[in-house]
Amino acid sequence: MKINSPLEAYKFLPGTNCMECGEKTCMAFAAHLIDRSKKLTDCTPILDAKFKKKFTDLDQLLAPEIREIEIGAGEKVVKIGGDDVLYRHKLTFFNQTKFAYDVWDTMNEKDLVERVKYIQDFKKFYVGDFLTVDMVAIRSTSNDPKKFAAAVKKVVETTDLPIILCSFNAEVLKAGLEVSKGKNPLLYAANKDNWKEVAELALEYDVPVTLFAPNDLDLLKSMAKTFAEMGTEKLVLDPGTFPTGKQLKQTFNNFTKVRRAGIDGDREIAYPIMAVPFTAWMAHDDPVSASYWETVVASVFTIKYGDIMILHSTEPYAMLPELHIRDTIYTDPRKPVSVDPGMYKVGEPTADSPVLVTTNFALTYYTVESDISSNKIDCYLWAIDTDGIGVEAAVAGGQLTAAKIKKGIDGSGFDLKKDTSHNTIILPGLAARLQGDVEDETGANVMIGPADSGRIPGWMEKNWPPQKK
Amino acid sequence: MTKKMKLSQLSDMLQDLNVESLEGVTIEGDIELNITGGGGLNPALAYAIGSEISQISLHMANIGRILGFPAEQLFASAFGLGEMPQPQALPASPKIQELLASKFEVAKIDNWKNPIQEVTLGATSADGGSRKSTVTLGGENALPYYFDAEMPHRNYITMDVFDMPINMAKSVKGNYEDVINDPAEWAKKVVREFNADMVTIHLISTDPLINDTSAKEAAKVVEDVLQAVDVPIVIGGSGNPEKDPEVLEKAAEVAEGERVLLASASLNLDYERIAKAAINHGHVVLSWTQLEINAQKELNRKLMKQCNVPRDSIIMDPTTAALGYGLDYAYTNMERIRLAGLMGDDELTFPMSSGTTNAWGAREAWMVSSPLKQDSDWGPREYRGPIWEIVTGLALSLAGNDMFMMMHPTSVQVLKEITQTLYGSIEAEEIDITNWIGAEV
Ligand code: B12
Ligand code: SF4
Repeated sequence: MKINSPLEAYKFLPGTNCMECGEKTCMAFAAHLIDRSKKLTDCTPILDAKFKKKFTDLDQLLAPEIREIEIGAGEKVVKIGGDDVLYRHKLTFFNQTKFAYDVWDTMNEKDLVERVKYIQDFKKFYVGDFLTVDMVAIRSTSNDPKKFAAAVKKVVETTDLPIILCSFNAEVLKAGLEVSKGKNPLLYAANKDNWKEVAELALEYDVPVTLFAPNDLDLLKSMAKTFAEMGTEKLVLDPGTFPTGKQLKQTFNNFTKVRRAGIDGDREIAYPIMAVPFTAWMAHDDPVSASYWETVVASVFTIKYGDIMILHSTEPYAMLPELHIRDTIYTDPRKPVSVDPGMYKVGEPTADSPVLVTTNFALTYYTVESDISSNKIDCYLWAIDTDGIGVEAAVAGGQLTAAKIKKGIDGSGFDLKKDTSHNTIILPGLAARLQGDVEDETGANVMIGPADSGRIPGWMEKNWPPQKK
Repeated sequence: MTKKMKLSQLSDMLQDLNVESLEGVTIEGDIELNITGGGGLNPALAYAIGSEISQISLHMANIGRILGFPAEQLFASAFGLGEMPQPQALPASPKIQELLASKFEVAKIDNWKNPIQEVTLGATSADGGSRKSTVTLGGENALPYYFDAEMPHRNYITMDVFDMPINMAKSVKGNYEDVINDPAEWAKKVVREFNADMVTIHLISTDPLINDTSAKEAAKVVEDVLQAVDVPIVIGGSGNPEKDPEVLEKAAEVAEGERVLLASASLNLDYERIAKAAINHGHVVLSWTQLEINAQKELNRKLMKQCNVPRDSIIMDPTTAALGYGLDYAYTNMERIRLAGLMGDDELTFPMSSGTTNAWGAREAWMVSSPLKQDSDWGPREYRGPIWEIVTGLALSLAGNDMFMMMHPTSVQVLKEITQTLYGSIEAEEIDITNWIGAEV
């Protein structure tokens, strides 16, 4: 972004304070443009022809330093790049690193379909949503255009996930493009030998293309400049991912250098970066070691500026940490991570159903909620307002107290004596020390649940309904 | 970055130029501009400032013209008033035969001027101790592994030993069953078999709610461990704020001269006693705060100013949350601390330590399988646990963490491999990736 204060954006806006954008004033809207929480097109008046010039000028000033590129089409289209900062706390990182897992054209068809489906369906629940992976990369190991076309065709028949076509042979790439028309695949890759042919393909089919210049940033930049001159800025840069030793250290340098140059304003190199942790498999024979190392390399380049990557291991012990480290780095540090406090019904609770207490920290709430609902336990779940702090920290910090719990329950208009048959509250195991206080405060029976909500189902079997005293 | 400037300074700046054109402008009161990225500004005030500034800039532009600068053109292009170059129709893609020449260049960061403090743990006989080797942390002039400046010391790993059997994830426990009742043997095992650079002895049995082991008895365990291994050691309390000062004092006394790391001083206990124990017996203090940069500054300041702990005897633990359980806080907290230190905040220029073992608290690390039926299969937990610890540590190593407290031998081995690779000390066979697409795997 070329400007950094609302005032600078303000002078391009219509200035009528018409509120079409949902903000009270143009100045307030300008502030949202600067922190990137609103898009310029949210101001409908500025789309009018008479503001055309102002619109285009401001649009350009607001454009992120690193170009944003789309891959794929339809609902599953992905965006990469678009960043403006080197450290997440300075704003946030945009467009999570996209993970593409590979298939290859010498695989038999059944295995290929199965693998594609596995990639497409992989999911892990986290904070109210599922973490999933994004793409399929199709490698030509045969170097045969026909075989490649057949594999690509099978993949696009099986999934809507965006794809990467991988070969250094332009003939092979062309065969892949022919059978994936309209899918806007990413081409991988142009290198120092094939760049003319690959550039022509990229222009002819109007698709994004990766430039591969292993450990040669001058060459990488030359290619990027040349492609831009030829008419396409839909570029992804691969400076090479060397998997071990000093070469890997050099790779790390290359990633940090390219991104710093881009953020510092060198437009010629300000494109998304690709990492290929796959190369870990060229350094390790044993599959567990290779998977581990691939995950390690993927984590390094998720943290340090990889925007898209090609991976091989689909072991859950590789995919789970990959998904979580990506979520860690791309969580918006400006966003509150809480749910609205109050009573939530899980399933269809009756007067005999248990009443559980938790906090309104999103991670805590969703963890508990999903543990309960996926085990088909009907209950009332209270998210007590702890300012979005988890159980243990809230007990330690005084946001989860007996008074807060009483207030939370009363506030929702629920009467434990009338609305339940048992007048009982279940506290999280980590809030055990509040038991006495909560009993005094609410006059209810208080039971202490397990420390981890994953154990609620087993605990319920043993302890619910409570023994009549 | 915030830049501050007062409008009245403008006239001062222009004084020497003998300029008369500013006469028409009066600046009533004075406005200090805080120009920061983002954030809102009261629209009415903004308008007022805008008008003030615009007027001034007109006058300034006049001055510019008097001095020979074509200010009109600048205004015209800035506000899109004058002739704008017409957007050209896209040329038919030129047939380019040679790559256009271009050289990649990037600047080094110029505001990393303040080196991180070097801190040495352990003392050899030359320095009055009995360690065979010492460990030096810190000294960085840049973010870890960055090309801006060589990193002077590699990362180090200290492995956990407990003074009593504790609950551990199954895949961790398997490695320690034979030594679980003998801290000295346990310490030997992590050094000899698992390649630990250091050993941490956690005196958790001293907690009044656990065994309430006396400080004196606990100190004996420390002596045993010092006898058993010749690497530098860390001594940890139980975390009980009433008991820890006493336990750590006694431990510091029996470890006199060995330059151990005392873990920890924190704001919720009598940190002064721990600081004194370190000063009196030549040790280093671990300054532990919970994920809050200002609390970290406060505690470091108190240790330095109030307790007179020398700068070369402080290490920070800004707290480690596991991958998926607050690592986003922990990562950014460390990264901000390190950047602030490099840019000159002397209250934050200390090496950092991470309780990476916390990763084992994540259910993904220890549960047999997902408690959720909708989740894809989580696979074998024996492989999930170690990688959870590795990725947690690895992320923090990139945020600037120097030393890792860890538990699983595989995690230790892999984290050492990657941090030393990025540090630049791992020689490996060069691999040609030019045709990686065709690789058979
Ligand atoms: C992230 C974190 C923070 C973040 C909190 C962010 C947030 N929004 O919550 C911040 C930085 C703000 C923080 C601050 C503090 N923290 Co803190 N923090 C952590 C950390 C690293 C992770 C906690 C977490 O998120 N866990 C994950 C969530 C999902 O767990 P949970 O809420 O407990 O929910 C689980 C269970 O309780 C249970 N459960 C939940 N609800 C229910 C309901 C029922 C019915 C049942 C049966 C079960 C159940 O299942 C859930 C899933 O397992 C832990 C250390 C650690 N590694 O565990 C320390 C920790 C919790 N913090 C601690 C402390 C002391 C503090 C501070 C007081 C420090 C200080 N002196 O300033 C402050 C207090 C701040 C405040 N309250 O205002 C201590 C608590 C010690 C204790 N037992 O008393 C811990 C354990 C660290 C330590 N070892 O010292 N902290
Ligand atoms: S819609 Fe546009 S013109 Fe209307 S208030 Fe918002 S920014 Fe101003």
